Amino acid sequence: MQKLRRTMLFMPGNNPGMLQDAAILGADAIILDLEDAVSLTEKDSARILVRDAIKYIDYSQVEVVVRVNPLDTEFGPQDVDVIARVKPDTLLVPKADVEEIKLVDIMLAKIEEEEGYLVGSIKIIALIETALGLETVYEVIKASQRMVGVLLGGEDLTADLGITRTKEGEEIFYARNKVATVCRALRVDAIDTPFTDTNDYEGLTKDTARAKSLGLTGKSAINPRQIEIIHAVFAPTEVELKQALRVLAAMEEAEKEGKGVFSLDGKMIDAPVINRARTTVELGQRLGLIER
Amino acid sequence: MFLIIVEKSNEVIYIKITKIAKAGTLESNDILIMVMPNDSGNIELELESIVMQQFGDVIEQVILHKVKEMGIEGITIKAQDKGALDYTIGARVETAIKRAI
Amino acid sequence: MIKTVLGRELPAYIEGYGEVKPFQGAVSNERIKTRKAVKLTSVIPRDQKVLASLDQALDKLNIIDGMTISFHHHLRNGDHVLNMVLEALAKRGIKNLTVAASSIFPIHAPLVEHIKNEVVTGIVANYMSGPVPEAISRGELKKPALMQTHGGRPRAIESGDLHIDVAFIAAPTADTYGNINGVEGKSACGALGYAVSDAEYADKTVVITDNLVPYPACPIEISQVFIDYVVQVESIGDPRGIVSGTTKITKDPVALLIARMAAQVIQASGLIKDGMSFQTGAGGTSLAVAAELKDIMKREGVIGSFAAGGITGYLVEMLEEGLFRALFDVQCFDLEAIKSYRNNKQHQFMSASMYGNPHTKGAVVNNLDIMILGATEIDIAFNVNVTTGSDGVIMGGSGGHSDTAAGAKLSIVVTNLMKARLPIIKDKVTTITTPGESIDVVVTERGIAVNPRRVDLIEKLRKTELPLLTIEELKLKAEKITGVPKAIKTSDKIVAVVEYRDGSVIDVVRMVD
Repeated sequence: MQKLRRTMLFMPGNNPGMLQDAAILGADAIILDLEDAVSLTEKDSARILVRDAIKYIDYSQVEVVVRVNPLDTEFGPQDVDVIARVKPDTLLVPKADVEEIKLVDIMLAKIEEEEGYLVGSIKIIALIETALGLETVYEVIKASQRMVGVLLGGEDLTADLGITRTKEGEEIFYARNKVATVCRALRVDAIDTPFTDTNDYEGLTKDTARAKSLGLTGKSAINPRQIEIIHAVFAPTEVELKQALRVLAAMEEAEKEGKGVFSLDGKMIDAPVINRARTTVELGQRLGLIER
Repeated sequence: MFLIIVEKSNEVIYIKITKIAKAGTLESNDILIMVMPNDSGNIELELESIVMQQFGDVIEQVILHKVKEMGIEGITIKAQDKGALDYTIGARVETAIKRAI
Repeated sequence: MIKTVLGRELPAYIEGYGEVKPFQGAVSNERIKTRKAVKLTSVIPRDQKVLASLDQALDKLNIIDGMTISFHHHLRNGDHVLNMVLEALAKRGIKNLTVAASSIFPIHAPLVEHIKNEVVTGIVANYMSGPVPEAISRGELKKPALMQTHGGRPRAIESGDLHIDVAFIAAPTADTYGNINGVEGKSACGALGYAVSDAEYADKTVVITDNLVPYPACPIEISQVFIDYVVQVESIGDPRGIVSGTTKITKDPVALLIARMAAQVIQASGLIKDGMSFQTGAGGTSLAVAAELKDIMKREGVIGSFAAGGITGYLVEMLEEGLFRALFDVQCFDLEAIKSYRNNKQHQFMSASMYGNPHTKGAVVNNLDIMILGATEIDIAFNVNVTTGSDGVIMGGSGGHSDTAAGAKLSIVVTNLMKARLPIIKDKVTTITTPGESIDVVVTERGIAVNPRRVDLIEKLRKTELPLLTIEELKLKAEKITGVPKAIKTSDKIVAVVEYRDGSVIDVVRMVD
């Protein structure tokens, strides 16, 4: 089954207690953060701690993503070099543009070879948080075979654009559209920017529903208490579940009759539709919305 | 609190630290490590821990193992442990030593 | 040596305590009990109860070496009365007193000096925190301390096992003839449930108040018929230490996760239905369970019978929203609780005896459906320790833990699987406070274990997505992360005797090295 990325939870990289609990908080993916959550004087400390956390802590329940520092800082290249050697699932590359992604791709390939890992096994998610990154997001995703998703960074993006970030998020409407559409076109995940008021659950619900309606497939979280709400929004609706179950039933029927190709309600059902129905049903089962 | 002194052996090539450095914090699940050079050539460890009775021996081993693995001699370590797991202890010792070289 | 039914070895006789009746199980078949007769001095017309000072009261009380004096803990960590009385008695050169306080808090630190000077040589309490239990754990108290439960204490007092010579009852409001309540006055603390048996069964009872009002003081919580004297003092306590402000639900994500799983366990048990009853401690995780439960009850339109225990504003909110028909209140934890207790007739007073005494014609704990409990340690036989820390030092006590666990249909322990580096589940707990037979489920952030005797519950939980493990598996899971802790060393010297609610000895605490 395809990995779910409904939620990606940011966890500060220099906090041992949080690193220990990160896997059990219910997020689909955890982002162990070496960038914004770590002060300049603790970059070395966090890098080593996160490296050892990945080595020793059981993170098998979640996707382990590490946000490294930008490659043009003194910390970024060291982060990639140290962290890639313990083989996280994915690196989250900040201030992503084509050049940076290509550079990370090459560095990863070299490390994978040296360490005897399958080349290409470490994935990349691009953090789109500059105007240039946003406008070239198609090329950014194309820049590496490792690319599995894009995370939209609303705070830095609006800062780069010189506009005000608001709770309602009207100012990132275009960015969300653009990221969602390009990601859909290239079949990678589109992860929304976090909602920063961790005590406003109603606002979070609205913001997440908005992102979902625009085609984003998941949302990052900065507090574990946000996870459940985001999952609830991304949970399939009753209508979606019914339709998915019908698709799978029709498929079984067709298989029994030995038909390779079949249709439902006059529409051809192809592999992507079946896969999507499977994902929806699986999700519905995991969420206890329908019985196994 | 207790003090351990490990005497230097002659078989390995050692690296010396040159300054005082710290890593870690006093928050729960963390350990604060302070390292400083000493002239004796030995590894000296002063350990305080909230789980001294239950895990004092283990913490001591993890610290000493990391120091030896890094090939360091002539080092005094002060450790104040707040219930850190082994991975944290190792990481903090390594950071402190790298900062002190 | 003799053995309890849980396999703990105890001496048959403990110096300073007496003969040991080993714990034989949570419920006994011997059901005929007697209450003791009380010797009292009748008050005749025109007697005056109000005395000019504490000293004058002490003159009249004729306290001599070796007596037992009692206190309640409704003023919690703001209490001035215990310290005030002991200082006065120490000045008078009295020795060998036994202090029977329902609980002891850090504010009672001056007791340590009285222990050293042998003014106090015995202590009886249901819960202790701070410097006093630390001193006891170092072996400074001459006799072993006696640790009871909130229900066991009134049982001991009423049966005569614990004879009180003089009860000193701090009263936020008292009238000139000894009627008292806790809802008015600058030191208001709400319900006075823990003081009732003391007042009823002590040879002499003295009310100490900082709010003396004209007769009668209404409402009357403890009546004039039990009170010998009334003394007014400047202050009985510091309001800051007596009650907290609004009790807030924790924001700790791990605690919230545990609470959510606990609520799912309760839901799966089938106990969430009209007429349900519920109790929880005021601790972070426990209160978060109440919040989760509230959501479920609202969603399903369930109206419960009662919530009980020490009452917080959160439970008051649930009462006011119509989720429970009543509250049973032995002690108020915050200002909202006091206000509700004063104004709402559905917010019902209960004495400690009514709350948890096993030797009555039925305590409130017997009517509990769901109980949420904490634990310092729990072992693979589900025995719980809330008496000593993992270092062996006394830092708590049963309070109502074993009373409610014994009574409730479903007793759930909620706890982190590890605290800092210490795994909570052990082969054997350092001290047994509550026997495993009373504990049904342990909920941790990394898995849930059900007591194997609850086959019915295991069946129900298997049908859910909840991470069900055996307690041994849960223990290994923690030890894989923390390592296996080395056992602490204790000496042979017994520093405290832990009595189960029925008066049998469930364990002893030994001095740590």
